[in-house]
Amino acid sequence: MSGHSTYQPQNAFMQWLEKRLPIGGLIHSSFVAYPTPRNLNYWWTFGGILSFMLGAQIITGIVLAMHYTPHVDLAFRSVEGIMRDVNYGWLLRYLHSNGASMFFIAVYIHMFRGMYYGSYKEPREVLWILGVIIYLLMMATGFLGYTLPWGQMSFWGATVITNFFSAIPGVGETVVTWLWGGYAVGNPTLNRFYSLHYLLPFVIAGVVVLHVWALHVVGQNNPAGIEPKSDKDTVAFTPYATVKDSFFMAVFCLFFAWFVFYIPNFLGHADNYIQANPAVTPQHIVPEWYYLPFYAILRAVPDKLLGVIALFGSILILAFLPWLDTSKVRSARYRPLYRQFFWVFVVVCVLLGWLGAKPAEGIYVVLARVLTIYYFAHFIVILPLLGIFEKTKPLPNSISESVLDAKA
Amino acid sequence: MTMHRTIIALTLAASLAGIGAAAAAEATVPPAQKWSFSGPFGKYDEAQLQRGFKVYKEVCAACHSMSMLSFRNLAEPGGPGFSAAQAAAVAAEYKIKDIDDKGEPIERTGRPADYFPSPFANEKAAAAANGGTAPPDFSTIAKARTYERGFPWFVIDIFTQYQEQGPDYITALLQGYEDAPKDFALPPGGNYNKYFPGHAIAMPKPLSDGQVTYDDGSPQTLEQYSKDVSAFLVWVAEPHMIARKRLGFQVMIFLLVLAGLLYFTKKKVWSAVH
Repeated sequence: MSGHSTYQPQNAFMQWLEKRLPIGGLIHSSFVAYPTPRNLNYWWTFGGILSFMLGAQIITGIVLAMHYTPHVDLAFRSVEGIMRDVNYGWLLRYLHSNGASMFFIAVYIHMFRGMYYGSYKEPREVLWILGVIIYLLMMATGFLGYTLPWGQMSFWGATVITNFFSAIPGVGETVVTWLWGGYAVGNPTLNRFYSLHYLLPFVIAGVVVLHVWALHVVGQNNPAGIEPKSDKDTVAFTPYATVKDSFFMAVFCLFFAWFVFYIPNFLGHADNYIQANPAVTPQHIVPEWYYLPFYAILRAVPDKLLGVIALFGSILILAFLPWLDTSKVRSARYRPLYRQFFWVFVVVCVLLGWLGAKPAEGIYVVLARVLTIYYFAHFIVILPLLGIFEKTKPLPNSISESVLDAKA
Repeated sequence: MTMHRTIIALTLAASLAGIGAAAAAEATVPPAQKWSFSGPFGKYDEAQLQRGFKVYKEVCAACHSMSMLSFRNLAEPGGPGFSAAQAAAVAAEYKIKDIDDKGEPIERTGRPADYFPSPFANEKAAAAANGGTAPPDFSTIAKARTYERGFPWFVIDIFTQYQEQGPDYITALLQGYEDAPKDFALPPGGNYNKYFPGHAIAMPKPLSDGQVTYDDGSPQTLEQYSKDVSAFLVWVAEPHMIARKRLGFQVMIFLLVLAGLLYFTKKKVWSAVH
């Protein structure tokens, strides 16, 4: 999307159109001629996979919406009706429910990749922040969508999460009543959640356009973490990145299909096959797996308001990452200490996720507190200090040199 | 670097100790059964589903509704394999509440398109007749019941495709009635069950040896009844499972070939720059 297009249409109609709306040139410069660093590894294919997943969720979602009934008495049955009586309804529903999980698996890999290779650093701060906004929107969309089947976890999850807002001093209760559209999670809640669940994916799509736009202005980061210096350092997006992305997208689809066709309920919760019942509270209310680390952080803090602040803080702190990480070197490949701390951080996140699924009692609370403190310390203490004290390895002179070094 | 390793090791050790402590407090783990429908090529055993249906109809249906299943489902492919005439005959055994052309409430003979009628007029009636809690509906119960798998089993389950916690649990539950231990305070109206979380279940022992007559020579034992009705309930909860697994295999083959072709295309394209 940057610079003057070199697009020369051969087709007479495209020449005519190009003079009036240069959309061919836009596509050509963005997805054909766009130079990508030649040393990108497969971790860089997840951006394309995420676009694919967004499209897949929107398409399956639109068809599901044709058969779904957002009413507290009918929603549960209508979802089961889709699974039983709509042609390939079971496929649509399992694609959509597992697709949400796949979307989050891909986004977590995408984010950790960005952290490992320092992709958030100057000049890519805005690109990174747009990514954090997309992630927040995804969290909201996933939560709203999980409410729609109106199972026990849908209902109680919605009750617990919306109750966060009651922690706001003074206006908390009013805000929660306003969110619910009543004095408890009920039919107005389900209706508005359905409406918003349909709206937000298109907001995500809009921010994705900004994300891709910002990407095409600053160019991709790469495993060496240095900017391309000559034509030797880059290859054209098409065919090089296109074919590589396509291959790995097919591999990702194999993984996706394994869940959809063979273990479609593995990532869900059995209690959500029980219709919502406000009179019966499940033994453990557990959110979807992709929220578990944050749920652990919430419950690790003894005070409700501070817990909610810690929860949102743990996500919002990501937006400040470009400035919290003081190191001039981007890639962990040349940062021996950061590389260790990165993997410790990954393990901490996974363990927090595991604790989020456990009851908040005994040893689990102690562990969750220790890991929550470490989570924040990673951003507030470790990253700023590492940039000052870490002795980094010498950077290669160019991307092509780093590729040749790797081969030698 | 060694310090970080130590931190990881300590964290892992602490978390594993936590798992052990938690597992000790859990209910008895149901034994894993052999199911004809497990695994990527699993299929329902038609005779087993028919036997399970007989157990449901003659025993469970007295209290448990199955409101999302219609009679026509019994004759649909991938199910118990009844003929359309047999499904219609089953429907005809039931009386369905309806409204006639004059608007008067009537009871008419069931048709294949009807859903299984509930044994109670409404949920309150069901609860009142059963000590305060309505017996759960059977439409999705095989997916709605599970037991804690714990680490590392829940990871291994991804690869083995184990997803039969529901039927394993139901089979075990039906056979899990025994006398309460002396130190166990059984609440009034409760029955002791080894596998029920908390052990005090409202449902009295529903099945015993010889209770249902099988026409196909299968053993008329509690064990056999439990397995058959559990398998039947899996089909009730997942009536398209066989179609799903069959399509899944085709999709897998397609994606493997596609990924293979794309891999070699990628190699060819990139050979110019490597």
